[in-house]
Amino acid sequence: MAEFFQETNAQFRRWMLHLKREPFTLAFTLLNPIILLIFMGGAFQGLASDSVGGDYRSYLLPGILALTVFGNSIAGGIPLLFERENGFLLRLMSAPISRGSILVSRFLAVNVSTMLQCLLMLVLGLLFGVRIATGVGGVFALLVISLLLGFGVTVISLVLAFRLENHGDFFAVMGITTLPLTFLSSAFVPLDSLPAWMRAVAAVNPMTYAVDAMRSLILTGWDAPRLLLMAIVLIAFDAAMFWLGRRALSRHLA
Amino acid sequence: MSEPVVRIENLSKAYGIVTALDGISLEVKGGKIFGLLGPNGAGKTTTVKILATLIRPDGGKAEVAGVDVLTDPAKARSLVGYISQELTVDPYLTPLEHLRYYADLYHVPAALRQLRIRDALALVGLAGLEDRRARHLSGGTKKKLDLACGLIHRPPVIILDEPSLGLDVEVRRDVWNHILRLKEEGTTIFLCTNYMDEAERLCDELAIIDHGKIAALGSPAELKGRLKREIVSVEVARGKEASGEWLATLETAAARLSMVRKAVKDGAILKLYVDNNEAALPKILEAAASLKIPLESIAYSRPGLDEVFLHFTGRAFARGGENDG
Ligand SMILES: Nc1ncnc2c1ncn2[C@@H]1O[C@H](COP(=O)(O)OP(=O)(O)O)[C@@H](O)[C@H]1O
Ligand SMILES: [Mg+2]
Repeated sequence: MAEFFQETNAQFRRWMLHLKREPFTLAFTLLNPIILLIFMGGAFQGLASDSVGGDYRSYLLPGILALTVFGNSIAGGIPLLFERENGFLLRLMSAPISRGSILVSRFLAVNVSTMLQCLLMLVLGLLFGVRIATGVGGVFALLVISLLLGFGVTVISLVLAFRLENHGDFFAVMGITTLPLTFLSSAFVPLDSLPAWMRAVAAVNPMTYAVDAMRSLILTGWDAPRLLLMAIVLIAFDAAMFWLGRRALSRHLA
Repeated sequence: MSEPVVRIENLSKAYGIVTALDGISLEVKGGKIFGLLGPNGAGKTTTVKILATLIRPDGGKAEVAGVDVLTDPAKARSLVGYISQELTVDPYLTPLEHLRYYADLYHVPAALRQLRIRDALALVGLAGLEDRRARHLSGGTKKKLDLACGLIHRPPVIILDEPSLGLDVEVRRDVWNHILRLKEEGTTIFLCTNYMDEAERLCDELAIIDHGKIAALGSPAELKGRLKREIVSVEVARGKEASGEWLATLETAAARLSMVRKAVKDGAILKLYVDNNEAALPKILEAAASLKIPLESIAYSRPGLDEVFLHFTGRAFARGGENDG
């Protein structure tokens, strides 16, 4: 156990050093959600205020948070795939470490960086006049929801990092999942305004439940039934991904 | 004397239809440098990846310091320092951070950490560069850092897969010296190489590998000794109009001598592969005199590993590396 901690901690520290020493990458990953918040929020304010009732930026913020979480988590495995390609990972595997430590450290690093980004997005939202109905407790709850959504998605990404052939495939998978999955949820528009088939997909998209819960925390207040539904769906999603991920990787990381 | 530190028995491995290893067996004695010498694609990397527990063989056995790498990989990993063919430094980290990283991966206790890191840095001559990001280090320095990372847990066995690949001549020498220092400290070294001179300079024992099979085993001197041939190099008088003609005439004449196995022109020099140079020299001089061909010089030498490789595999050594040193 002490050894597992030592290994995992060392790897986690390395990922954090990368984060610290790649400030441009960090800045660029933040740029997208910021642009969405500023421009999309501004552009659709007039159009949307009737259908969403009130400030579109407040309405949009949960959607952007969810998109940030999804994008960050699904990309989380990429460094591992690069290191699989350049031999660093193999070198690592020749050390007497638990294979789990590779996954756990990357998992932690991805989610810590997601939390930091979410926090920044929330601060930015506040600067643009978004008010959070549930206050400081709500901010904390928003981060917990982000984490619940990020968990399962990060597991998917780690599986892809070991099961895909090369990083080109990885980028392709990311490209064709991120935006459609975001639009096939309640991230940007109310579910009722979607066509029936999109609504059906959105209903089984975990992102919808995360966004709905976040939105209620920002716009209206503590909504226990909604939060409970979100928790059940996301925990089930995380558990399912964890179980599948274990199965998918047990052979690859023997 | 003592038990072998690395033991490989009838190891085989195929990738799809490509047979990478076709039943190789070998033993490495403690405290020696053992070289696996062969051209690209011979199966060297496959062999050491099996030793480093990174791939499983289709058949056979492999042991490191008495531990079976197949049944107890975790134990085997702690006994081996594996330095792969590719550079595996992290451009974002400094040498100090690398060593700290690997110290933790090999569970070096905190109390020993500083000491081990300092020793490793000193051994490969990296003192003074420890705080520079690896992206700013030269290729040779990166390789030395790789080496240092593999030493941090003081493993009894170090595996080096083509350590001087892509390094320039001076850095190669430097890396060789560090490898020899490691041996002096009692470490057993398993070295894959594509370079004859590297094998000759470093290795106590050699296995020549070709197409996944061991073609010959022994010390460089033994291998050369088993090859009874010696080489007489004859140079005809330089800068004369007829030099080229003389060389060709002499080649034909020499090839007819009974003790000459083979005559090969190498630039302006005629290389004669003979069974016994003491008997051959006078005959060659006689032939040249009777043909009235003036000679510039004549010398004889023992065969190098190039000839050994040719002898045991039946083909010339096809090198894949970028430099010859
Ligand atoms: N992952 C792989 N998939 C398919 N073939 C491989 C793989 N790795 C090595 N080979 C093949 O196995 C043979 C031995 O390769 P290798 O052990 O890398 O040789 P060396 O290190 O001596 O150059 C070569 O023919 C090579 O092409
Ligand atoms: Mg190789």
